[in-house]
Amino acid sequence: MTLLADRQATHGHEHEHHEGPTGLLKWMTSTDHKLIGMNYMVTSLVMFFLAGIMALLLRAQLASPHSSFLNFQQYNALFTMHGSLMLYLFAGPFAFGGLANFILPLQVGAPDMAFPRLNALSYWLYLSGSVTMLLGFLVSGGAAAYGWVAYAPLSSVQFSPGSAPDLWILGIALTGFSAIFTGVNLVTTTFYLRAPGLTMFRLPIFTWNMLVTAILILIAFPILTAAMVLLFADRHFGTHFYTTAGGGSPILYQNLFWFFGHPEVYILALPYFGIVSDVIPVFSRKPLFGYKGMVFATMSIAALSTGVWAHHMFTTGEVLLPFFSLLSLLIAVPTGIKFFNWIGTMWRGQLIFTTPMLFCIGFLLAFLMGGLTGVMLASPPIDFATHDTYFVVAHFHQVLFGTAVYAGFAGLYYWYPKFFGRMYRESLGKWHFWLMTVGFWVTFLPQYVLGLWGMPRRVASYPSDLGWQGLNIVSTIGAYLIGISFVFLLVNLWVSWRKPVLAGDNPWDAHTLEWFAASPPVHHNFERLPPIRSERPTWDFHHPDARTVAHGNGHRTLVGAGVGPESGNGDGSA
Amino acid sequence: MRIEALFLLGVAAFFGLVGIIYWFWGYEQGGTVMLVGTTLLGFVPGAYYFWWSRRMRPRPEDRPDASIEEGSGIIGSFPSSSIWPFVLGMGLFLMVLSIVFGLWLIAPGIALVLSSLIGVTAESRRGGTV
Amino acid sequence: MTPRAGETTDKVALRRRRRALGVLGGTALVVLLGGCNLPTFWGYRGSTKQGHDEFLLYSSTVIAAIVVGLIVAVLIAWAVLRYRRRSDDLPRQFQYHIPLEITYTVVPVIIVLILFGFTVAVENQVDAVASNPTVKVDVTAFQWGWTFSYPGHVSVTGVTTEDPDPVGLDGNACAPAKDCLGPGLIIPAGETTQIHLTSKDVIHGFYVPEFNFSRYAQPGFDDQYFDLSPQHAGVFRAQCTQLCGLYHSLMFFHVVALPPAQFQSWLSSQQSLAAATTGTTGTTATSSTSSTKAAA
Repeated sequence: MTLLADRQATHGHEHEHHEGPTGLLKWMTSTDHKLIGMNYMVTSLVMFFLAGIMALLLRAQLASPHSSFLNFQQYNALFTMHGSLMLYLFAGPFAFGGLANFILPLQVGAPDMAFPRLNALSYWLYLSGSVTMLLGFLVSGGAAAYGWVAYAPLSSVQFSPGSAPDLWILGIALTGFSAIFTGVNLVTTTFYLRAPGLTMFRLPIFTWNMLVTAILILIAFPILTAAMVLLFADRHFGTHFYTTAGGGSPILYQNLFWFFGHPEVYILALPYFGIVSDVIPVFSRKPLFGYKGMVFATMSIAALSTGVWAHHMFTTGEVLLPFFSLLSLLIAVPTGIKFFNWIGTMWRGQLIFTTPMLFCIGFLLAFLMGGLTGVMLASPPIDFATHDTYFVVAHFHQVLFGTAVYAGFAGLYYWYPKFFGRMYRESLGKWHFWLMTVGFWVTFLPQYVLGLWGMPRRVASYPSDLGWQGLNIVSTIGAYLIGISFVFLLVNLWVSWRKPVLAGDNPWDAHTLEWFAASPPVHHNFERLPPIRSERPTWDFHHPDARTVAHGNGHRTLVGAGVGPESGNGDGSA
Repeated sequence: MRIEALFLLGVAAFFGLVGIIYWFWGYEQGGTVMLVGTTLLGFVPGAYYFWWSRRMRPRPEDRPDASIEEGSGIIGSFPSSSIWPFVLGMGLFLMVLSIVFGLWLIAPGIALVLSSLIGVTAESRRGGTV
Repeated sequence: MTPRAGETTDKVALRRRRRALGVLGGTALVVLLGGCNLPTFWGYRGSTKQGHDEFLLYSSTVIAAIVVGLIVAVLIAWAVLRYRRRSDDLPRQFQYHIPLEITYTVVPVIIVLILFGFTVAVENQVDAVASNPTVKVDVTAFQWGWTFSYPGHVSVTGVTTEDPDPVGLDGNACAPAKDCLGPGLIIPAGETTQIHLTSKDVIHGFYVPEFNFSRYAQPGFDDQYFDLSPQHAGVFRAQCTQLCGLYHSLMFFHVVALPPAQFQSWLSSQQSLAAATTGTTGTTATSSTSSTKAAA
C-alpha cells in the first residue's frame, strides 16, 4: 500500500550503525539539529527560570510601598535583566533555536537543517551571548540597569558607566548573530529540503510561521546589531550618534531600536501561534480550519509588524501618529482571523483536553485580552494616558505570557513524547496548567487597574497613601502562584525521566510528518516516508478513509467534504 | 520554486509600497532607509528565485503528485559532527570578552577563530569530520 | 435568516447570535455616549479639556473591546463545552468556508477603521496647540527633579532628593502629602496653558494621571509643545514615567490649577519678587518655599 523510500544523506554517516563521539565530546561537536535544539531548549528554560526568580524578587519589593528589600540600583538592574533574559534569551531562542530546530526539519521530511555546522555555531554564540550578558551581575556596579530597551542617552557612558552595559551590548551582539544564522538556516531548509510532494501549501502551519519568523529575523536583527554598534561607539569611541552634545539624536536610537523591537515581539509570537495551529487540530480530531487564511494572516501580521515601530514612540511628539496608529490597529485584523480559524477548528470537533490542549486554550484567553488592550494602546490619545504605566506592563505580559509561556509549554508537552520517546505525567501537567492559570490572571488583572490609576512602570516604590498597595499585594501573590506551578513541571520532568512510560511514534494520532518518524527520531530522522498529498501526511496514512483535501492544487471541494479528488494514489503512480 | 519566489517578491513589494508612502507622508530619513533596505532584502533573492523558477522544471517538492522515490538518493552534505563550530564560537566569545576584560584575551580568541576557519575548510574539502 | 449555500445550521445560529450582539452593543454605545455618562473603567474622566476628550475615546473603546471580547470568549467557551469528545467517531473534516472567512476579515477592518477615525479626531484635539494661550511655561526635567519657568524670570524648582516645594490650593502647605510631592506647576483653571517641555540630560516622562496625558521630555529636542486646559481648580499629582536612572521612582511633581484671578495675583507677585531679588532683568530667581506660600 505505501511506498517506502529512503532519502540518504552523505558523509560522516554510516547508514545502519552510526558511531560517533559520545558524552561531552558529542555535546561539543554534534551538528544534529535534534541535539542542538535540545541544547537550546534546556539553556533557554534555564534563562526562563532565572528571569522568573528575578520577577519574584521584583514583586516581593512591590508588595509594600517603600520596601527596603531591594535598593533602587538593584531593582533597576533586576527589571532590566528580567526583561532582557525573557525577551532575548528565552522567548526567542526557545522557539526558533529550540523547538524549530528540532521540529522543522522533521516537519519537512529533511534529514537535518540545511547548514548543520552553522546551526551548531548558532548555539555556541547563543550560549556565549547569554553568559556575557549575565556576567554583568558579577562586575562592579552590578548588571545593566537601564531597561531592556536601553534608551539613549540613559545608556550612554555618561549616565550608565561601568562594564555591565558593555557586557549587555556585547551579549546582544552575540545572540543577535546567533539568531540571524538560525534565520538563514530555517529559510534554506524550508525552501530546499522538503520531501517530494510537500509543496509550500502543504507545510504545517508551525513551519510556515517559522519561515515567516525567519524572514522577520533577517529584517530585524541586523538593525538591532547596528543600533548596538552605534551605542557602543558612543560609549567608547567618542562618537555622538545618540547624544546631543555632538549633534546626535536620542530619537535615532528609538527609531532604530523599535524598527527591530516591534518585529521582535512578533518574532516572539509567530512561532507560538504556529504551535497552537498544530496542536488544536490534533486534539479536535479535525484539520485546521482556514489553512490558507492562516498562512496569509501570518504574512500580514509579519508585514504590518514592520510598519508599526513608532507606536512605542507616540509620546515623543516626533512621530507620524496616524500612519503608525492605522497600521497598529490593522494588525488586529489578521490576528482576529487566526482566532476565528482556531475556534473554527475546534467547532464540531471531538475535543480532547490533554495538557497541550489546555495550554492552547489558556493561550487563547490570555491573548484575547492582551490583544484587545493592544488595540487600545494603538490609539495615540489612549497611549498618552497609559504609556509607561502598569497598563502597558499588564498588556505585554498578557500577550507574551500567552504566547511564550502558554503556547510554548503547549509545544513542550505536545512534542515531549517525540523528543524522548516517553510520556509525561498527565495529572502533573494539569496541575501545572491550572495553578499557572490562576496565578496568571491574579497577577496581571490588578496591574491594568494600577496603570489606569496612575502607577508608572519601572518604579521601586510608590506613595503609600494612594491605595495602591492592595492590588500590588494581590499581584505579588499571583506571581508566586505562577512560580509554584512550575514546580509541577519540574517534578513532571523528573518523574517521567526516572520512571519512564514509553510513548509510541504517534501517541496523539497527530497529523504532521514529524509524527511519522520514530520517537525519538533515528539519526537523520526518517527511515521511510509516507506519500504526501496534503498538509496532514501522517493522518492520511493512518486514516485513508478520512483524507485531507489538498490546497492550492486546483482541487476545490465544498464545505464539509471529508474525501476529495486527488491527483495521485498512494503508490506513486501518476 | 515559484511560490518561494513570490513570497520574497511579495516582501519586496510590500516594503517598497510602505517605504514610498512613509517617505512622502513624513519625510523621516531613518525609517525610510530601513524600509528601503528591507525592500532589497526581498527583491534580490526573490527576483533570482523567480528568474530561475521560470527556467527550471519543478522539483519533486514543488509537485503535488510527486512520489517519495523521486526524492531518494543523495540530498546534500550533512556533516554530523564537527569541533569547529564550538571552536569558532569560543573564539568569538573570547574576542568579545576581551573588549571588557582585557585586550590580551583577543590573542587566544583570534587564534581559535583562525584555526576554526582553517579547520572547517579542511573538513569540507575532506568531506568528513577531522 | 436564510442559510447560505453549504452553510450548516450551526453557522446560521452563529451569525444570528453575532448580529444580535452587534445590534445590542451598538445600541448601548449610542445610549451611553448620548447620555455622556460613560463608566470610567478605572480611568479618570480627565480634568483638562484634552484629558476629557481622551476619556470619551477610552471609555467607548473599552466598551467596544468588551463586546468583541465577550463574543470571542463565548465562542471559545461554547466550543470547549459543547464539543468535548463524546465518542471515537471522527468528526466531519471540514477545512474552510470562504464566505465566513471573508466576513470575519471584512468586519474587523470596518471596526478598526471606525476606531481609527475617532482616534484621529481626538488625537488632533489633544495635540492642538492654541495660538493664544493664557500663559506659557517652560518645563525642564532633569535627574531628578523639575523646573517650571514662567515669563518674568519666575522659576519653581524641586529636586527629588531634597525638600520638595509644596503648594496647595490655597497657597499654603498642603496636606495630604500625596498631592504635594515635588514642585508645583501652577496654572490657571478654565484657561489654556502652553507647556514647552525639554530635558537637561536623559529622557524623562511628564505624566499627570488625572489629565490622561503624558509626553516625553527629551534632551536636544526643543520642539515639544502641548496645551493643558484644566476645566476646574484642583491639585493633581504627577510623576516621571520614563526610566531616567537611580531616583526615577521619586521624581514627583504636582499640578495646581488655580482660579484665574488667584493665578494672576500669584504670578505677578512672583514676577515682582524675581525683579526685586535680582534688580536686573535677565536672571532667573528661584522661588523659595516661603514666598510661594505668601503669594496666594
